[in-house]
Amino acid sequence: MVCESWTAKLDTYLDGEVPEEEMRSFGAHVRNCRSCSADALTRVQMKRAIQAAGKRYTPSAEFRKRMQQKIAAKPQRSVRLGWTLAAAAAVILVVGTLTSAYLGTRSGKDQVFSEIADLHVATLAGSSPVDVISTDRHTVKPWFQGKIPFAFNLPELQNSDFSLLGGRMTYLEQTPGAHLIYDVRKHHISVFVFQERLLPAKLGENSLSPKQLPFNLETWSQGGLRYFVIGDASTADIDSLAKLFRGAS
Amino acid sequence: MPHFERLYNFACWLTHDRQEAEDLVQETYAKALKGFPSFQSGTNFRAWIYKILRNAFLTSRTGLKATTTVPLDLEDEEGDLPAVEETPESILLQRSDGQLVQQALEELPVAYREILLLCEVEEMSYQEISDALVIPMGTVMSRLSRARKALRGGLQQQFAKG
Repeated sequence: MVCESWTAKLDTYLDGEVPEEEMRSFGAHVRNCRSCSADALTRVQMKRAIQAAGKRYTPSAEFRKRMQQKIAAKPQRSVRLGWTLAAAAAVILVVGTLTSAYLGTRSGKDQVFSEIADLHVATLAGSSPVDVISTDRHTVKPWFQGKIPFAFNLPELQNSDFSLLGGRMTYLEQTPGAHLIYDVRKHHISVFVFQERLLPAKLGENSLSPKQLPFNLETWSQGGLRYFVIGDASTADIDSLAKLFRGAS
Repeated sequence: MPHFERLYNFACWLTHDRQEAEDLVQETYAKALKGFPSFQSGTNFRAWIYKILRNAFLTSRTGLKATTTVPLDLEDEEGDLPAVEETPESILLQRSDGQLVQQALEELPVAYREILLLCEVEEMSYQEISDALVIPMGTVMSRLSRARKALRGGLQQQFAKG
């Protein structure tokens, strides 16, 4: 019974994650307790076995060369500039249709908007834009349960021109979120929902004109969540869908 | 290419497919290049790039299938894994049968497999794992504990099979 509290922390101790002041007393106990030292030995053997078994795969020389060529092909004027130019090249590959001016120096806020546009275009260009296909919000909403670390409401669409096509999980700057796709008069509109506090830039209330972005976009923050509604539909349609979401939240 | 070999190894373990792993690594570097201006200097680069790889995996077909088949937050599940006896596991490990450990690792749910690899193979600290997997420190500890227990259970089953 005496050893129970030690045993419970044994893995943490062996991972080197016990606070320094505890390490000494822990070490003394393990050295002097036959049961705990045997247990510790088994666990160390297990750690070593996983370590050995886990180092299993090595990249082929051909793949390494291919990757090196891709990276080396970028301009090397400076490390930081090199990464930035490569970033611009990556955006061109994804979107293709965006103008070069749009790929110029962008503020954090603009970068978020361009990333949203990328996600919208890249998703619609894919062969299967949604992973949960349903017009029923009571089917789509629960699908996100356990996939994203927050909950959100989907609006009732009766008496509106909008129809829900489905949803998928997405990421913005490594932040998980929900991507919903709606249809209105043959136009597809994306609605993205993320946790506001995890986004890289403060966005405020924005409604971008087509001059700045090749789509209409509306964004707002509500209940700790950041919503983006984007598409090539009219500003009136984008605004209507945004209002429905505001009302549902 | 920082962490290239390790990222590839991790990607192979996640996908179980070398071609998919190559695509995943390629996507990871493309996203890292694109998102590098947003990387905060002074923070952990390794955790950052692993986070990119894992996110790319989770949105891939294989990743979605893996995480929809088995809940990601296994620590919330009711019911415990089988109790662990030390003896068979110790004997098995003493035999140093790497293939059996690999097999047991392969059969783990992805949430357990990835956290064990990050801890034991990549030797990441709990804080780094927390950053890479975007889960709280407490969840890192509980998930690691369950992952180890599940692996021991898997090894025991293999031992029982002979």
